[in-house]
Amino acid sequence: MTIRIKKGKAVKNIISAVEELAGVDLSECYQCKKCSCGCPVSGHTKSPPSEIIRRLQLGAGDEILSSDIIWICSSCETCFARCPMGIDMASVMDALRVLAVKRQAAKPKGDIPLFNRAFLKTVNMFGRTYDLVMIAAYKMGTLTFMNDMDKFPSMLKKRKIAILPPRGADKKTVKRIFDSVSHK
Amino acid sequence: MKYAYYPGCSAESTARDLHSSSIAVARRLSIELIEPDGWSCCGATPAHQTDRLLAASLPAFNLILAMEMGLDMVVNCAECFSRLKMTNHEVVNHTEIRKQIGATIGRDYDGSVNVRHFIEILLEDVGIDFLQDKFTHSLSGLKVACYYGCLLVRPQEITQFDNPENPVSMDRLINVMGGESLDWPHKVECCGAGLALTRTDVVVHLADSIIGMAKDAGADCIAVACPLCQANLDMRQSDINNEKGRHYDMPIVYISQLLGLCLGISMDALGLRKLMVSPSCVIHAVSAVV
Ligand code: SF4
Ligand code: SF4
Repeated sequence: MTIRIKKGKAVKNIISAVEELAGVDLSECYQCKKCSCGCPVSGHTKSPPSEIIRRLQLGAGDEILSSDIIWICSSCETCFARCPMGIDMASVMDALRVLAVKRQAAKPKGDIPLFNRAFLKTVNMFGRTYDLVMIAAYKMGTLTFMNDMDKFPSMLKKRKIAILPPRGADKKTVKRIFDSVSHK
Repeated sequence: MKYAYYPGCSAESTARDLHSSSIAVARRLSIELIEPDGWSCCGATPAHQTDRLLAASLPAFNLILAMEMGLDMVVNCAECFSRLKMTNHEVVNHTEIRKQIGATIGRDYDGSVNVRHFIEILLEDVGIDFLQDKFTHSLSGLKVACYYGCLLVRPQEITQFDNPENPVSMDRLINVMGGESLDWPHKVECCGAGLALTRTDVVVHLADSIIGMAKDAGADCIAVACPLCQANLDMRQSDINNEKGRHYDMPIVYISQLLGLCLGISMDALGLRKLMVSPSCVIHAVSAVV
């Protein structure tokens, strides 16, 4: 595999930002590719985890934030568990996600950032997740109303999804937590 | 035996069955589970994908509640388990995060609450012998593939749950219940539950390979401990069958439901009718111990 890094343009490499957010030292990776071999989504992505690290080592800039792995990664922790150097790759993925959202990288297939916002919004409002509202907000944003609609009737019948909003959480404290993070 | 019990949000929605079966089993074994007043969501994957401080603060609040009760915290959901454990690790290793959490919540958290999975309680505190004495029914040779998934076992330094590549905790329980736990290679493969709604295309492949492997190993059912794995493997089977031309009909049963059956608890109390793929072959296999 050949990795091409664009030359000429003054790209600011982002390795130090990633290392700081994830608390890792990526120079320790010696490209054994154990992470990519165990990664469940390696076959579904253009750039498996070890390649992301190599690109970062070679001076990749913001363009890496559009890599599909960043949002296909299921946070399964296999890469971290098996890395002989103990590199916390799952946290590297989290760092790349934070940077991708902050620097407005292209919207990934499935719009996972929207799903995350919808999820956290219900937590912020109710202190706990409210599946029905979260799913509706996500489906509205992605225009995927029909997906999984076939399962809804039996889920309702089996009371497998709550209709009423969750109650009982200490909403005040949860709000304070969200506020403290947004004002950071 | 008394514990702070963190149900997790799914206990009130998609995983009422896991919640009710765990409560019923605990009651039968005289384990007291107390829900901390005001518990909140742990933030799950969306929080750690969004902000490190948010991802530690939400679980920390719940851990503070358990700390004030002076009890260990028992959890079922592997995602919650992982986030709570990760928070203990963050707080112990990063004074800055601990300070920020303390300032926001107004109470200091030192990372001292012992977070334990319900399975760990059964094996370590209740004990296999005691369990065996309590069983009134047997799984009578039912072939069970125990599926552990990702976040119970990885990363081991943080979860400290069993062996990360070949865990056997659930297998031990299945065997005491008179079932036959299968040796199969996909115990800790990822089913993609975190992408269940967003990248269904990928999830169909991941879940297909797990269910297919269990089937090839001769499983009558798959036993799980986590509500996210359960929902994903159970609900996706119809899609897999349609898209990949399979004929899966594999019950995905909570280990707490199996335990409940062996303790003679009713189907309804265990929420067995809530499963999408009918567990009738499991129910038929159960027989009274004479
Ligand atoms: S397993 Fe670790 S050392 Fe090996 S390629 Fe992956 S990150 Fe690098
Ligand atoms: S955490 Fe992500 S990158 Fe690592 S193995 Fe799992 S899916 Fe692949």
